[in-house]
Amino acid sequence: MRRKVKDTMSDEANSTRIAIIGAGPGGYAAAFRAADLGMRVTLIDLEANPGGVCLHRGCIPSKVLLHVAKVMNDARDAVHWGVSFAPPEIDFDRLRASKAEVVEKMTSGLGQLSRARKIAFVRGRASFQDSTVLRVTADDGAEQVIETDYTIIASGSRPAWLPDMYLESPRLLNSTSALQMADIPGSLLVVGGGYIGLELGMVYATMGSDVTVVEMTQGLLPGADPDLAAILSRRMEELMHSIRPNTKVTAMTEVEQGIEVMLQSGDGEAVPEVFDKVLVSIGRKPNSSGLGLDSTKVEVTDDGFIRVDEHRRTTDPRIFAIGDVVGQPMLAHKASHEGRVAAEVIGGANSAFEPLAIPAVVFTDPEVAWCGLTEAEAKRDGTKVNVARFPWGASGRAATLHRSDGLTKVITDPDTDRVLGMGIVGTGAGELIAEGVLAIEMGAVASDIGLSIHAHPTLSETIMETADLIFGQGTHVYRPRAGH
Amino acid sequence: MNAKTLEFKLPALAENIETATVTKVLVSVGDAVAVDQPVLEIETDKAAAEVPSSVSGTITELLVNEGDTVKVGAVVFRATGQDAAPAPKADAPVAAEVPAEPARPAEMPAPVEPDSAGPAPAPKRSGAPGVAAPSVRRLARELGVDLSEVTGSGADGRITADDVKAHAAGAGAAEAGASGPGESRTTSVESLPDFARWGEIERQPMSAIRRRTAENMARAWATVPHVTQFDKADVTELERLRKEHGKKVEAAGGKLTVTAVIVKVLASALKKSPQFNASVDVAANEVVFKKYYNVGVAVDTERGLLVPVIRDVDTKNVTQIAVELGALAERARNRKLTLDEMQGGTFTVSNLGGIGGTGFTPIVNAPEVAILGVSRSQVEAVFVEGGVEPRTMLPLSLSYDHRVIDGADGARFLRWVVEALEQPFLATLEG
Repeated sequence: MRRKVKDTMSDEANSTRIAIIGAGPGGYAAAFRAADLGMRVTLIDLEANPGGVCLHRGCIPSKVLLHVAKVMNDARDAVHWGVSFAPPEIDFDRLRASKAEVVEKMTSGLGQLSRARKIAFVRGRASFQDSTVLRVTADDGAEQVIETDYTIIASGSRPAWLPDMYLESPRLLNSTSALQMADIPGSLLVVGGGYIGLELGMVYATMGSDVTVVEMTQGLLPGADPDLAAILSRRMEELMHSIRPNTKVTAMTEVEQGIEVMLQSGDGEAVPEVFDKVLVSIGRKPNSSGLGLDSTKVEVTDDGFIRVDEHRRTTDPRIFAIGDVVGQPMLAHKASHEGRVAAEVIGGANSAFEPLAIPAVVFTDPEVAWCGLTEAEAKRDGTKVNVARFPWGASGRAATLHRSDGLTKVITDPDTDRVLGMGIVGTGAGELIAEGVLAIEMGAVASDIGLSIHAHPTLSETIMETADLIFGQGTHVYRPRAGH
Repeated sequence: MNAKTLEFKLPALAENIETATVTKVLVSVGDAVAVDQPVLEIETDKAAAEVPSSVSGTITELLVNEGDTVKVGAVVFRATGQDAAPAPKADAPVAAEVPAEPARPAEMPAPVEPDSAGPAPAPKRSGAPGVAAPSVRRLARELGVDLSEVTGSGADGRITADDVKAHAAGAGAAEAGASGPGESRTTSVESLPDFARWGEIERQPMSAIRRRTAENMARAWATVPHVTQFDKADVTELERLRKEHGKKVEAAGGKLTVTAVIVKVLASALKKSPQFNASVDVAANEVVFKKYYNVGVAVDTERGLLVPVIRDVDTKNVTQIAVELGALAERARNRKLTLDEMQGGTFTVSNLGGIGGTGFTPIVNAPEVAILGVSRSQVEAVFVEGGVEPRTMLPLSLSYDHRVIDGADGARFLRWVVEALEQPFLATLEG
């Protein structure tokens, strides 16, 4: 199909000019696709190279730190096999430098790919003068005007702050500053038990901080099914100082020893506690202001998201928007897919953003991953589903890893057995979930998975066995039948 | 009876119509409206129409503007008034008290709501329509095929790439009995050169009617192998009779036009040659023969081509057809045509004689299989029994779908129409 889109482009497409604001995973994917389709592309970003938050201050650097944390935890856990290591010594300068090297390698590689495609990379902040004219202001104040036929806004998002609780203090962290790892605080409060807070909280806890996580809702990882989150919570509780659901922050003040935080649990009184540092990870806000959208016909919702249609076209026919700035889920891979769709639509193809499943992965240890319909969503919407669960205690591979803290679940349509959703918690869940996405997109039924041979002994077998359990029995799980 | 806040929502307009474009708002805030009073002029993919109110009262809030695309069920206006509206009938505008939840404002054109919060959207549908892999869904988009209209040939209705291709090839034909085509869009989009390089240009959006016409014509042209057969009918005698009896038809409220006579002749011709009153179902490898005779007549309006349909022409006499035709054409020009009045045609007539021309090749109004074009009649010198006589000759052109109609049948059909026009008795003798 990809080739087909390309074939429909005629030479006239060469005269189509396209500007892309933001070179994150959405923006650079759109730019590369547009260039491959023969358009003249200008890619605008504040950084020297493409990559955006994901590569510079998000997914990639955090995964370096999480990998290191996993190595440390695995080394500690090797005691179980009779292998013990001395407590780790961490050279933080070396760690930070290694993290920077990975980021540099990835982003400069993207820079090369961008140049190889003859994309004009412009460094600066872009704003619309009208629907087809952009003004780009560089750091040094230099301005240039870019005329274009189409623009794709891929301006992304930024960390949200607690309303009215901002402190000008190096002790107050967001995901960006936490990733810099200036030091390892003795105590760290993580406000928000979503994926960013848990990933970073886990890194700091492993490196030696006493980490407290407070979450406003009933449990960790709002959005994930509670049975998956519960298995992660168990390990988190061992690793961290404390995890407190149903708790919110009502006030913060800087004191001599740190930040004093008023924590209110349920309907109780707010109680003060002092932490060396506080990480606020309560979500992200779309970057839709400061782009000069008033000079265009682009409409923005009350939440700050840019309105788009299935082709990712905004209410201004010359302007498209993709990624975090158009809505949830704010995930790099969703943005990349949208970016390619928007570029193809501008190139004249009838592409649309119509996924049946977008995988979400939390890179804690164990990892949590899900895609398609969750059990919680089915319950909320009254959708009838069958759910099968396979606890990793029955997995040979998990036993060899001494990591039976896992669960695989498959959600199907009770009438057709079609796979609607999949959820996995356990080591390597982020890699395993791809099978669920493919199953859902291809319209597989549970027996399609059950009848596909999965290698033994692997964790992927748990998916095959879960699919079998939809029909009652799996090889490694026995359920006594009624009357026997 | 207490004063109440009433809502008037855009009523269901016709099957499969979910949105309409507001072309004119006929009322404003503060106006008193009565039941059945027209309040909006709208245009859908298939027609333009007036929408009458189902509530009576004073408008306090107007929620649509000209140019808006409005969903069926969206609130058009709120009014205070007595809750005295008659019981709503099916498909009629419905009055409702203000619900607890705030009404959605009129939808913006084209764009839809962005994704709602949540990590991963659930599959939109689990059962019907059949499942299709992402590559097949993309193919369907490229070919302009609506997957909900495709019958999957795979296990459990799974839609394959071949199913989509077959549907695209036989689009139109699968929808027997409807003169309006399906929802599929035109296929590939060619890139255009930058016309402004060579001089000034102006771009105008296509109206819904223009878009629909463009799609229908492109699909008919792409899927129907056309042959056009020409002939001329000597209508000297017919013209004499038309003048002689014109007054009677006028008294009945119509105008005895050549088109009206041709429609009646076609009723007989179609009965005699059922393959011209048919559709092709490519997917099923079947020809669908219709046992009813509904003739569509192309009408030129200032907003584009519309084709109202005269139903059951075999049961109506020429006077009735003439009266009905006049009324439908009038309604088409005044944007009053309903969708129903444009559906269900089995054959189409396009008469350009009023404008001129010696002949043209009409495009079959798929999924129909034939169309008759009528040009301007002229007095010609005709050899009659050795002498030359001035005769009024009417040029006719019959385009037909060569998949189901052979050339000889096409020639015979048109010849029969010609002879029936020359000798009106023939229609009653053989038809």
